[in-house]
Amino acid sequence: MYVAVKGGERAIDNAHAWLAEDRRGDPEVPELSVAQIREQMRLAVNRVMAEGSLYDPDLAALAIKQSRGDLIEAIFLIRAYRTTLPRFGGSRPVDTGTMACDRRISATFKDAPGGQVLGPTFDYTHRLLDFKLAAEGTVPPAPTADPLPETAPHIMGFLDREGLIQSEPEGPDTPPDLTRSPLELPAERALRLQALARGDEGFLLGLAYSTQRGYARNHAFVAELRIGTVAVEMDIPELGFAIEIGEMTLTECETVNQFTGSKTEPAQFTRGYGLVFGMSERKALSMALVDRALRWKELGEDDSGAPAQNAEFVLYHSDNIQATGFLEHIKLPHYVDFQSELELVRKLRAQTAAGGVTATATAAQDCETGS
Amino acid sequence: MSDYNFAYLDEQTKRMVRRAILKGLAIPGYQVPFASREMPMPYGWGTGGVQVTAGILTPDDCLKVIDQGADDTTNAVSIRRFFEKTAQVAVTEKTSLASVIQTRHRIPEEPLHDGQILVYQVPIPEPLRFLEPSEVETRKMHALEEYGLMQVKLYEDIARHGAIATAYAYPVKVEGRYVMDPSPIPKFDNPKLSMAAIQLFGAGREQRIYAIPPFTNVVSLDFEDFPFDPSKADHACDLCGASDSYLDELIIDDAGGRMFLCSDTDYCATRCAAGEVGAQRMTLTEGAA
Repeated sequence: MYVAVKGGERAIDNAHAWLAEDRRGDPEVPELSVAQIREQMRLAVNRVMAEGSLYDPDLAALAIKQSRGDLIEAIFLIRAYRTTLPRFGGSRPVDTGTMACDRRISATFKDAPGGQVLGPTFDYTHRLLDFKLAAEGTVPPAPTADPLPETAPHIMGFLDREGLIQSEPEGPDTPPDLTRSPLELPAERALRLQALARGDEGFLLGLAYSTQRGYARNHAFVAELRIGTVAVEMDIPELGFAIEIGEMTLTECETVNQFTGSKTEPAQFTRGYGLVFGMSERKALSMALVDRALRWKELGEDDSGAPAQNAEFVLYHSDNIQATGFLEHIKLPHYVDFQSELELVRKLRAQTAAGGVTATATAAQDCETGS
Repeated sequence: MSDYNFAYLDEQTKRMVRRAILKGLAIPGYQVPFASREMPMPYGWGTGGVQVTAGILTPDDCLKVIDQGADDTTNAVSIRRFFEKTAQVAVTEKTSLASVIQTRHRIPEEPLHDGQILVYQVPIPEPLRFLEPSEVETRKMHALEEYGLMQVKLYEDIARHGAIATAYAYPVKVEGRYVMDPSPIPKFDNPKLSMAAIQLFGAGREQRIYAIPPFTNVVSLDFEDFPFDPSKADHACDLCGASDSYLDELIIDDAGGRMFLCSDTDYCATRCAAGEVGAQRMTLTEGAA
């Protein structure tokens, strides 16, 4: 009886031991190495890096191994680790115009300077299970070609030259940082983009999809989607110039959206933008659509009341670490609050039975007040 | 754990937390935004309270952690261990011996004294949240002291149920100014909110810290003709016989038999040690416990 609330300490230790054993699975089956995960589960690694906000494929692979493939758990491990890291400074903005592209496609122009490159995409595969993979065969080498020219210009730049696309004012030198200061509303676009870049892929996908289905509809053309490697440079005060400290793979998506126009301004296209660590196309596209939807005010559009237009709704609910924590905490003991509800419901029922007050509803509505 | 700073957080982060705490103490009941960090336990597990505790802890402190009033519930154990490991502070289960008490959902029965700090874990710091979902709006309402909506909600409860249908996280007004959520403590605990100790509230996910300085006037919202009623189960503790403590209800057999005992385990154990005996204690052997 009283034993129900005792023994927490031993239970925790034993649960952890069991978890470790379960994570390993059947010891007869060879153990996964971190390098195997990094190389062969690369898209999972990319998602963990993107939503964990830390570009480190090895750590992301380790987190996936430790979390038994639960990617949100892996993202959480990375977030908890990254928050302890010291900050040496900020890099220069990366120049995606100089990206060494593995993939570069445009849905708006048949051909563009620099050419279109499909790259390693699932897009035109037939989704048939490949049973050969179960036999662990080796893969024949893919045909190779010369790399693209050093710089492939942004396709959006061609529209910009004609003035057909809305111009983007320069932002402040140092954008705000969500991880160092509390989110305060209204949030400027740079901050919104930061939140979207680390937001949950599934949540953003759903929101973006809702805009396509008419909740704040704004048809998006993919002007350009590019994936490749960029250099990260940092100004070193002692040196007085910037040096390259590494490179990273990014996915960038620029969308061209419905034109606006008014009596004072000629018709022009508007933009949505997505930028994500690693190869994360679905996320980058979703981000661009949601970014565009959130810009309704500055572009003089109506607030249709759609979820994707509501910055507070989007920003407060896109972080899967916050969401999963609060959602799952309802597993923790709540017997004190439940007891107080129990007393209340009993009291209200007693009053009703005594004919005091007509109470048809229960106090259930207060269960919503969470804890 | 030498890889981590004392009490886990780095000094700059602690400074940021302390500033928020000081601001909170200066404006009792006001929710101070702070740059909450990702902690190595999930949001919802007390990350706000943990950051506040980490911010105020010194090597000489003696820490007590309770969840639902108990020192030995799993999450209380986990948080206490975290600080044992990262701060090597002394820990205790004795309410009177602790200099810092981190709590979830309860205020200890034993009155706290001068020099103690009570740290609450807070899930939703905004008392108006379930009346108005937008943070932009609720901040405005606090700024304008616009609390009519809350009064209407309480009134509607009475009209519908004959009583204010809030049993925990019962809203209070602090020093005549801010309406505040005391965290999901049962309303039985509300009268204790005016106390000699410092009370700090940390909401990690929602990035808010707020505070009640010692001896602050804290009033549970009510009406003249429907005064606040800090009710509890109409029983005495079956272990220690206390009739003044908040009780947990336990289902003890398949027939649905019940027993009631103090949710504050230290309070109960202290009374039992002093020889107080409740109705069912005779029937309980140490082996069964």
